[in-house]
Amino acid sequence: MKGILKLAYKLLVNDKAKFSALLIGITFAVFLMMFVTSMFSGVLMHASSTILNIGAPLWVMDPAVETVSNSIGMPDYVLDAVRSMQGVKYAVPLYSGGALVKLRDGTYQSVTVIGLDDTSLYGRPELTAGKIQDIYAENGFIVVHDAEFSKLENPHLGSEFELNDYRGVIVGIAKVATSGLYGLPTLYTTYERAIQYIPNPRYTISYVLVEPKSESDIPRIKKQVEALGYRARTKEEFMQRTADFFVYQTGGGTNMLIMMLISFIVGLSLSGQTFYTFILENLERFGALKAIGEKSRDLVAMILFQATFTAFTGFGLGIGMCVLSIVLAKARLPSYAAMITFSNLAISFGMVVVIAGVSSYVAIRRVLRIEPFDIFRG
Amino acid sequence: MPRIAIQASGLVKWFGEGEAKTMALREVSLEAQFGEMVYVVGPSGSGKTTLLSVLTGILKPNAGKVLLEGSDIWGLSSDQLADFRLGKIGFVFQDYHLFPRLTTAENAAIPLILKRKPWNEAIQEAVKYLDVVGLKNRAELPPVKLSGGEQQRVAIARAIASQPDILIMDEPTASLDGDTGVAILSFVQKNVLNKDRCIVVVTHDDRIYKFATRILNMEDGRLKGSEKSAA
Repeated sequence: MKGILKLAYKLLVNDKAKFSALLIGITFAVFLMMFVTSMFSGVLMHASSTILNIGAPLWVMDPAVETVSNSIGMPDYVLDAVRSMQGVKYAVPLYSGGALVKLRDGTYQSVTVIGLDDTSLYGRPELTAGKIQDIYAENGFIVVHDAEFSKLENPHLGSEFELNDYRGVIVGIAKVATSGLYGLPTLYTTYERAIQYIPNPRYTISYVLVEPKSESDIPRIKKQVEALGYRARTKEEFMQRTADFFVYQTGGGTNMLIMMLISFIVGLSLSGQTFYTFILENLERFGALKAIGEKSRDLVAMILFQATFTAFTGFGLGIGMCVLSIVLAKARLPSYAAMITFSNLAISFGMVVVIAGVSSYVAIRRVLRIEPFDIFRG
Repeated sequence: MPRIAIQASGLVKWFGEGEAKTMALREVSLEAQFGEMVYVVGPSGSGKTTLLSVLTGILKPNAGKVLLEGSDIWGLSSDQLADFRLGKIGFVFQDYHLFPRLTTAENAAIPLILKRKPWNEAIQEAVKYLDVVGLKNRAELPPVKLSGGEQQRVAIARAIASQPDILIMDEPTASLDGDTGVAILSFVQKNVLNKDRCIVVVTHDDRIYKFATRILNMEDGRLKGSEKSAA
């Protein structure tokens, strides 16, 4: 069988024009599919950046909250009520909001401000410069060194700025797992300072972060929070809810589906057509092989091998191209939202398998129909 | 005592049904012995190709029997028949049907590869047969770089690479000029035909009749009789 597969391989790759066309078709389709799904995954991950960076296992929020960046303030009693619930180890408030920073050159820059619980600093970022206790210093803020850092004029420890006519001082520089979706720099401070500096509506708690005593307590806490008229969502549920918002309520999901469909059609039409032409061109020779004594199953194995080899090579090239594009884009635009996930890979792989399957099915049908007698008839 | 390579009796084959029914073979019987080069000649549409296909297990007759080296080939399963063809019959097709993207050696090695010989071994053996047909120095070239006569010789090398007992040549001179065609058949007679091999040639090229041991005339699906070649 090895020799027959080598024969199939040589027939395929020695026809350089067709093999190139086949590879281009599959590669381009995989590239398109990977790129669009990676971009979407990146957007979804960046949209959930606060959830990931804070890392709390359970988030209490207003039932109408759809994404982490669009919080709805809750009254203080919610925090007290949650703290008194069975199964809760501890609960802390979190402020999440936006503000305008006046820079030294007189321009303004929108920022995201995260206010951490004054007592515990729960959800604090990892510092790369400065000390966390300095956050309690007068006007102390920690700035996240992410892709948006330069928008605050590359601040350093001791840099000053103005936030709603309040003086702010950078006392720490932090790194986080993921930067935000909207291209805004992030400042961390204490909860009390955040609600003092930023004009707020009546209720100021954006989220109550809960640490359950054990994982089995989560359903019980959820029920109690629901009885209170609010919702408790695990980190994963909150990320999923954020993702669902972008998928179903922004048109992003539809656009992605359309792009996926286009990738599939491009791949199938280009590669399927080329593979079929390749088979048609060699049809008489396949017939001759049958006449010589090749069994139908060997011919099927040859065609399947050719289709699989092309599909996997194109898949690899497509992934490589996508990775290269993302790396290049991120080198130029550090906040570029694209991320390759196992799901993206699985979707693209599935598409390639379908393209290879359909192409080989059509080709196999054609080859099995050719009669060696037709070869004699010329 | 001559050994019989091909023994066919009462072969009947038709195509289509009802008014469209066309009789291709009408009660055809023939015998060919090892060491013979038998020509089947006749006008187009006389049934030569159908006869060839029936004799080689490619086209099933509606009636009749074909014994190749004593085996009733139409009693074999399709896999057994494919193995039988691969092991016992060599084919030289009218249009050669060489793979243009493979080298000459790889083309000649195809029956050996189909017989599951390791690739390198098959190529080495094929080169020996290319040497037999005088094309050893062309082993690495693709067939498209060869002349028509050379391509025909590659097809012959491929056909004899599996050392078949029966060699079938379908219109071997149809794509060649007169001199090349004569040279090829002369070569086959001298170098390929031997006492353990039977060669059946279908042709209408009377310039090569002189190489035949025996010529069978076909007309309208019937063998009209045979004659010995002048050679």
